[in-house]
Formats: sequence, C-alpha cells, structure tokens
Amino acid sequence: MPDLGLDVLWKGSNLLRLLGGLGVALRISLIAVVISIPLGLLLGTLMTGKNVILKFILKLYLEFIRIMPQLVLLFMVFFGSTRMFGWQPSGELSAIIVFTLWGAAEMSDLVRGALISIPVHQYESSEALGLTKVQTYCYVVIPQTVRRLIPLSINLITRMIKTTSLILMIGVVEMIKVAQQIIEANRTTSPNAAFGIYLVIFLLYFLACWPISLLAKYLERKWR
Amino acid sequence: MEETILTVKHLKKEYEDKTILNDVDLAVKKGEVVVIIGPSGCGKSTLLRCMNGLEKTQSGSIKLREEAIEAGSGNLVQIRQKIGMVFQNYELFPHLTVLDNILLAPTKVQKRDKKDVKAEALKLLERVGLKDKAGSYPRQLSGGQKQRVAIVRALCMNPEILLFDEVTAALDPEMVREVLDVMLELARQKRTMVIVTHEMQFARAVADRVLFIDQGKIMEEGTPEEVLEHPKKERTQQFLNIFQFEKVQERKIS
Repeated sequence: MPDLGLDVLWKGSNLLRLLGGLGVALRISLIAVVISIPLGLLLGTLMTGKNVILKFILKLYLEFIRIMPQLVLLFMVFFGSTRMFGWQPSGELSAIIVFTLWGAAEMSDLVRGALISIPVHQYESSEALGLTKVQTYCYVVIPQTVRRLIPLSINLITRMIKTTSLILMIGVVEMIKVAQQIIEANRTTSPNAAFGIYLVIFLLYFLACWPISLLAKYLERKWR
Repeated sequence: MEETILTVKHLKKEYEDKTILNDVDLAVKKGEVVVIIGPSGCGKSTLLRCMNGLEKTQSGSIKLREEAIEAGSGNLVQIRQKIGMVFQNYELFPHLTVLDNILLAPTKVQKRDKKDVKAEALKLLERVGLKDKAGSYPRQLSGGQKQRVAIVRALCMNPEILLFDEVTAALDPEMVREVLDVMLELARQKRTMVIVTHEMQFARAVADRVLFIDQGKIMEEGTPEEVLEHPKKERTQQFLNIFQFEKVQERKIS
C-alpha cells in the first residue's frame, strides 16, 4: 500500500480540526437553509401570483443569482459591502448572506414549479366537492406541493453544503482551509499527506451529504 | 316526480368575443336523466361547468331549486355540496387513498361523522366492485377504476343532482363499459343526472331526455327515440351520421 500520509491525521489535534472545519461548513449551510426555505416558500408563492411588477422583480433576482457564480457573489458581499456601505461583515456572515440569498432564489423557483405543476383539475374537483379555497389549499394543494418539493429541496441542501468549499476564498477557515493548513505544515515530514487528507475530506463530505440524499430518495419513493 | 330541481334560463356565456352558450333554457326534474350530445366545441361541457359555478356567465340564470348558482358568489360552497360532478380526467387526489379521497369532502366540508361516512363509502365501493381497493392509491388503479371511485366520491356527498362531463372520453374502450354500467345503475335508482357523452348507444339506454346542442344553442330535444332515431333537424342528422358507417362496397377479390 502506498504511503497516503494518513499519519498526519493523528498528529496533534489535526483530525479534530478537520472535523471542526466540517462543522463550520455545516453550520453555515444549516443557518442558510433554515432562513432560505421559508423565504423561498414565500417568494415562490408570490411568483405564482398575479402582480406583474413583483413577478418581474423576483424573476430578475432569481436570474441574477443563478447567473452569478457563487464565488463572485461571495466576493461582492465580502469586499463590496465595505466599499459600498462601509460595513465589514465577517467571512462567515458574508457566506451566510450569500447562501441565504442563493438558497431563497433557488427554493422560490422550486416552489413556483411545484405549485404550477398541480393540475387545474385538482382545484376544480376540490371546488366541485364544495371545498373552500382554504380547505383546497390545506388538504389538496399543499400536501401535493410538499411531496414534490421535499426531494428537490433536499437536493438543494446538499448542493449548499458542497458549495461551502468556496468560502475559504473569503478567509473562512472551513474544512478545505484546515486541510490546506495541515498539508502545508507537514510538507517536509509527510509530503504525501495531500492525498490522504483530501481522501478524508472526500469521505467527510460524502458522509455529510449521503444520508440527506438517501432521505430524499426514500421520500421520493414513499410519495411517488 | 314532477318537481324541478335545476333550472337554466336564458343562459349566455361568452369567452372573449366568442359566444359559447347562447340563450340556453333547460329544466331538469327530480329523477330525470338528461343526456347532452353535440359536436366538440358546441358548448355542452361549458353548460355543465356553468351548472356547478365553474364558469362565469354573462347573462341568464341557473338555479338549484330556489338557489342561484353563480361563479364567485358566496353561497357556492354550500350549493356545490348538493351537486355532484365527475370530470373527464378522473381527478382523484393522488396523495390520498381511495377511501380518503371519498371521505375528504363529507368529513371536512359536511363535518359528518367519519365512522358513518366510512361505512357508507365502503358500501358504495362494494356496489361498484371496488371494496378491496379502498386502501389503494389512485396510481394503482386503472382508468375505469379511478372513474368509478370518482363517481362514488361524488355520491358520498349525497348530492341532489349528478353532473357527468364526458366521463368515459379518456378511457380505453374495454373500461368504458364498467363505468357506464355504474351510471346505468344510478339511473335505475332514479338519481337526477345530467350527462354529457359521445356514447350514443349508452345515451339511448340511459336517457329520459336527449338534448342536441350545436353552436351554443339547444337545437333539438326530446326522448332518445325522437332525437336519436328520428331527428327533425338536418344538423342533428348530420351529427348522428358521424357515428354510422356505411358498409364498404362489395369488393371482389380476384
């Protein structure tokens, strides 16, 4: 077996630091998810509404966020807000802001899609049975929308977790940054560490995202 | 028996600048089965949808007994409970089991006791031969089965009148029969029904009265015999001819 330099993991508190980095990544994505999901639900519902101006603004917002690479958004918030508003957010706060804006935009589009995919007949047959508007939403439209939404939004969550690997660029010490530090520090004693450490990172990302994907798959099958 | 349940008077419906229904009059008596036929786009489905307040109308009136049916009016939720409607695209709720589909409106809208409704629902399901499907989801059923469930769902509200909008049009031929049989059974029970259909044989068997609608107007009405066998209007004859096939000339195969 080739030397992967895995021994550096046990030096000092390296493994713990790496896990701490993963913790930072997960914390940022979790906060962003918790804020962006309700926000996305609200915006997505508004996007199916009748207000043309509002819909245009939301569409513009969605497209802007979609077209911009996340890295550019991170730079804009982290460096730009200092120049524009004289306010210097920390790297972590900038990351949360960007991930929330991004998550809310993507989520709103998923919500919009799920809502308009409910056929008009579903509304009509509810109406024909004498259900009120509120009852139609509670018993027919929302349960179906949620079923369509959950697998999609779980996908979004895993994407958000993975994309936290960019935030080292604005100086947040997350998993990859920790890995780089470990590799740098051991360059002379354990030159192969890069392989081992990135392999571990691969496994850690996998362990963080895989259960979420499994859950999505399970729900998809259950609610087919 | 002579009591009138549903009255349509001078009904006019326009969509953009097209007239869909033009001065339609109709009275449906208790226990009567009215079948509406006509070419596609003639307004027959629209008429049915108007009867359930699903379409806005421009003038005229529709009344269930003394209550006006009007799209967007406040009493619509009340009045729709007395009108059962079954659509062409068997719209069961896909996230609910067959039984829950049926129980939803009686328990949530009419606030009836779940146990009573359940017993009634199972009895009705048995009548249409689907008792063993009570726990299935709509996706596990065939089109004909779904449509029979949709009929039971409408029946469980104990409506005064049932509206059927081309309920067999989306079905495979071998499933049409099972649905029509259920409707024939309902006719035997003296249910009041308005049926839009393209099944002429069925219309003949089930109808007390047949209406032929063309270009938004009732062109002809009468017993199935009068309208389907001996139509007076040329337009009716033309329409009915669509369903007849002339025998191909004797072909000699040499």
